[in-house]
Parts: sequence; C-alpha cells; structure tokens
Amino acid sequence: MSGGGFSIRRYLRPGLKLPFCPGCGCYTIINCFLKAVWELGHEDLSEFAFCSGIGCAAWIPSPYFNADSIHTPHGRAIPVATGVKLARPELKVVVFGGDGDIAGIGCGHLIHAARRNTDITVIMVNNMVYGMTGGQVAPTTPLGAKTTTTPLGCFERPLDVANVVAAAGANYSARWTTAHRRQLTDAFRRALTGRGLRFVEVVSPCPTNFGRRMGMDAKALLRWFVEASVPIEEARNMGAEELRGRIVVGTFADRDEPGLLDRLREAYGRARPP
Amino acid sequence: MPEAYLWPGNIACAEGAIAAGCRFFAGYPITPANEISEHMAKRLPEVGGIFIQMEDEMASLGAVIGASWAGLRAMTATSGPGFSLMQELIGYAFFTETPCVIVDVMRVGPSTGQATRAAQGDVMQARWGPHGDYAAVVLAPSSPQEMFDLTVRAFDISERLRTPVVVLSDEIIAHMRENVIVPDEIRIPERARPERGRQEFFGPELVPPMPRLGDGFNVPVTGSTHDERGIRFTRDPIVHRRLIKRLWAKVYSSAREVWDWELCGEQEGKLDLAFVSFGSMSRSVLEAIDILASRGLRVASLRLKAIWPFPDEVVAKLAERAEAIIVPELNMGQLVREVRRAVAGRARVIGLSRVGGGELPTPEELAEFALEVVGR
Repeated sequence: MSGGGFSIRRYLRPGLKLPFCPGCGCYTIINCFLKAVWELGHEDLSEFAFCSGIGCAAWIPSPYFNADSIHTPHGRAIPVATGVKLARPELKVVVFGGDGDIAGIGCGHLIHAARRNTDITVIMVNNMVYGMTGGQVAPTTPLGAKTTTTPLGCFERPLDVANVVAAAGANYSARWTTAHRRQLTDAFRRALTGRGLRFVEVVSPCPTNFGRRMGMDAKALLRWFVEASVPIEEARNMGAEELRGRIVVGTFADRDEPGLLDRLREAYGRARPP
Repeated sequence: MPEAYLWPGNIACAEGAIAAGCRFFAGYPITPANEISEHMAKRLPEVGGIFIQMEDEMASLGAVIGASWAGLRAMTATSGPGFSLMQELIGYAFFTETPCVIVDVMRVGPSTGQATRAAQGDVMQARWGPHGDYAAVVLAPSSPQEMFDLTVRAFDISERLRTPVVVLSDEIIAHMRENVIVPDEIRIPERARPERGRQEFFGPELVPPMPRLGDGFNVPVTGSTHDERGIRFTRDPIVHRRLIKRLWAKVYSSAREVWDWELCGEQEGKLDLAFVSFGSMSRSVLEAIDILASRGLRVASLRLKAIWPFPDEVVAKLAERAEAIIVPELNMGQLVREVRRAVAGRARVIGLSRVGGGELPTPEELAEFALEVVGR
C-alpha cells in the first residue's frame, strides 16, 4: 500500500471535528472500522456508500467519513441502503446506527433485511440507551437499569439483537464490545466481505447518558463489559439464570447463502423482453 | 405511429412511469393502488429495471430515495393510509432534494375508511403532510390517459426541480378503463451532474446539479439542516433560512410551469356560474355544464390538473368572470378553502361535499345544485 501507514485521518472529511463525548465508544468503533477498511486494502472510501439514521452512532459516517453518505430519518437507514445497493450493486453499502435506530424504530427493517439476506453491512452500536435524546430506556436496556424513563428500574427484557438477526437468516452476525478491539476489527473485516446481510453489534459505553445514572464512568463501563462478557461457545452451556446480566460475545452466524442480489438476478434471468 | 391501448388508470400510470424512464419501484400492498405494483413487478425486469416489495411504506419510499441517489428514476405508489406513513420520507426527499414520484390513489378515510371506494380527502395531506416548511408539487389526473401523461410529467418535473412530485389519483380513475394513446417518443432530460471537483450539491443555484453515489463526489446527504456542501448545521438560523428559502423559491418560481388546467364551456365573457374541480369529480362536472348550458346558463368548468402549487391567478381570473363558483369534491371541503382564498371575494364560492361509498354526484345532481345556487 502506498501513501504511508494506517491513519484514520486519510478516511475522514477534512476540517471537521468528531462530535462524540469523552469516553464514548464511537471513537473505538471508528478506529476499528477504519482499521478493517485499511486491512482490506482500501486506500480511500470511494468504493463505499454509507447510510445511517438518527442518533449518536448515525453520526459516525455522516458527514465525518470522506465518502458518500446518506443520513436518513430515524430508523430508515436500512431501506435506503437497500435502494442504493439494488441500484448500484458494485458499491459496498454500510449502515451505521444505534440500538434505538436499528433495533427500536427500525427493527422491522432489520429483520426483513436479514430475511432477504440483503447484500449490505449493518453495524449496530448498542449503548443500551437512547443517548442523543438524554438517556431514555431502549429495547436493549438491561433489566433493572435506571434511565430517565425508567426511574424505578427497567422492567422490560432487552432484545438479543445479534441472535435475532442470525435467526432471521443473515449470512453473518456477531456481537463484540468496545473492550474487544481485535475481535471487533476482525468482525468488521468479515462483515465488509462476501454476500448477504452481514451484521455486527457493538456493545459500547455511553458514560454521559447511561453510565452516569448507573454510577459508572467510561472506565467502569469497559471493566463491566470485560467482566460480563461470555463467549457464545460457553454461553451455549449456561442456563438463562446464569446468563442474566451477562453479555454474550462472538459469532452468532457465519454462512455463505445466496444474497438478495443473487436471488433477484436468478429470478430476473427468467424475464423475457416484450 | 402512436399506439392506443385500453388500459385501466393504474396500468396507464405504470406504463407512463416505464415510458418516463422509471427503472426502480418499491411498494407495499394497498387497495386501490395494487395494480400499479403488480404491473411494475412484471414490466421492470423486462426493461432492465428493479422491482422490490418492501415491508412497509416507509421502507418503500426509503428504498426509492436510495435508488434515486444511486442514479435511477424511481417511484412508489400507495393509498391514503400508506401516504400518511410516507409523509416522513416525503419531507426528507424534499429537504434533501431527491427526485422521486409518489402516486396516491385516494380512497375513503380517515383511517382504514372504505378501502375500495374513491375519495378526494388527501388534498391537504398532499400539501401539508410532512412536518415543517414543505413545498408541494401535486398533479391530479382525471382519466387513464392522464394517469399516463401526468405520471410522465411528474418524472419530468421531479428530475428538473430535484424534488418529490405526487400524482394524486383516486379509485375511480385507477380502475376505469379508457383508450390511452402512447406517444411515439417521450424524452425526459438526464439529470444535470456536477462537474468534477465540485463540492456544492445543495445550492447555491436554485436547482443544483445532483451527484450520483459512487461517482467520487463524497456527497453527504442529510435530512438535518445543511449548507451547500451538505454539512450539518443544526443551530445556525442563517443556514436554515438560506436553505428553506431556496427550496421554496425553487418550487414557487416554477409554479407557472407546473400549473396545468383545462377550461371547458364558455371561454370568454361573464358567467352565471363556474365549477372548479379535479380528478374523477371533473368527469361529472363536464356533463353538468352541458345540462346547464342547455338550460340557457353561461357556464364554465375549470379542471385543475396540477393542484399544488395552487394556481391562484388562474382561479382569480375565472372569479373575475363568474357570479358564483361551485367547488364539488369527494371530501368535507378541502379544495374549496383554497379556491375561496384565491377568489378573495371576487365571486361567491360554494362548496359541495360528497363523502362515502365512492359515489360521485351525478351530472343531474350537480346541475340541480347549480340551479339552486343561481336562483333558477
């Protein structure tokens, strides 16, 4: 590779300052993602198109990546990405979003994209809370957690998103935390290659609007991630009670079934001109 | 040689889209718009386009917007309940200057209403549906021929102005069959593309050239307030004002080119009475003015083929001639408010509402109502 070694600067739009709070996991995610891009041999982002919805994580590519990006309404990044991919299949289409964006308001789109095995990459930053709006309960908030809208503790069970996406048919689904930088970078590399839907859930610290109410700063959140993490291979032998409050990490699905484009081309091959 | 087909309105709409170069359609099933999706599903693979049925209406318009940025002419079709769900993305398409066409085949509402019956209750939703300062372009066909012609026109305007265009149809027009003449040649200009190295995609011209994703422009598209480059400015009042004023100027400075109407009956001189209507209602009106003319009245019908931006001057000119203007519509009174505003006291404006069951007033009923209005 020419032009020197890896630096995230080569991929960032010049003249802008990243907007995330101190201790936010988005910094680690940007580093690991762009490292994966570098390791795959991309010297710039010209082969990519990014889509993101609304929320802190949606600001990762838009407008900070020096690339084409569409910053959509809340929850709609996956459908917009689907349109981009179908219209220009040669582009690598990558969605960034938070847990509220992807697994709350956009959950239907996520499951259908997994069912279709749409040939895009979806990266869901799971900070377990609606961070940008001040820390409301999310579909991923752990039982008992205090948020601004669960002052008495969260009384709903969190959604096991990586597992749901795997069950719905995505070719690849993995979960790691920002405390697992190497595994995360490898997961991004895998998610940027091949066909079908490739999904990575990243459990990420929000010290400002989650940790603060849980009595944890950024370091304590990372320590908790390390202590609570259980590799999926071990988790398979554990009961529900043992797994409560734990973060199951690893690869939930990794297969090479035909993607949406393969299936569409196969069907369209049967079309006869009028 | 132009060719003639006996098509229902929905098929004419789909064929119009194909003729206009539409190569991407995403939709969600809904009565009475289904034939548009079904026909596109069959036809698009034949012409090298792509059809996909999405999981809901937000996803449908979302995919259309993505395909448009990736360079394809794209469309979706729906009815009232789906049109409501699409409003968020219609506002987004307007604010991000994304060309796309949305067909709304109106049915009785609100809510699920009467799914198989015609209505005209979405006039104001088509204008004010998205939150915030939206400027709408809405065309209104009243025959299968116009389902074809105005769908073509919707693409033309949408591509020229870089803005979403709505085709506001209804169940009667969608399902009635009539002769549709397909012209030999339909040419819609290619989108203006930016010159290499350009970094402004959202100004400063009224209609800036639109880059295609993947062509190396590194364009940031956002539904947040943005400057000419597409960079988000979420607090600056000046950036927002500059953007929204340009978007409004873009639509309203083109209003005269968008305006499209048909004046039937007495073309000049004073009128005892005039009608202003659109869509399926106009078909009853056209017969009613014949009845009224045979009774010795000087009458005219102004049929609007483009509702938004509203043709104020056209209506005002009619009001200069008419004693009274009747605005019959299949809703509780929406277009009439706009007519009354444009008439501004020059003539009496009387609304005639008919809702439910998709029943148009008959020409005789309209004529009878008109005779009462003029005191005969």
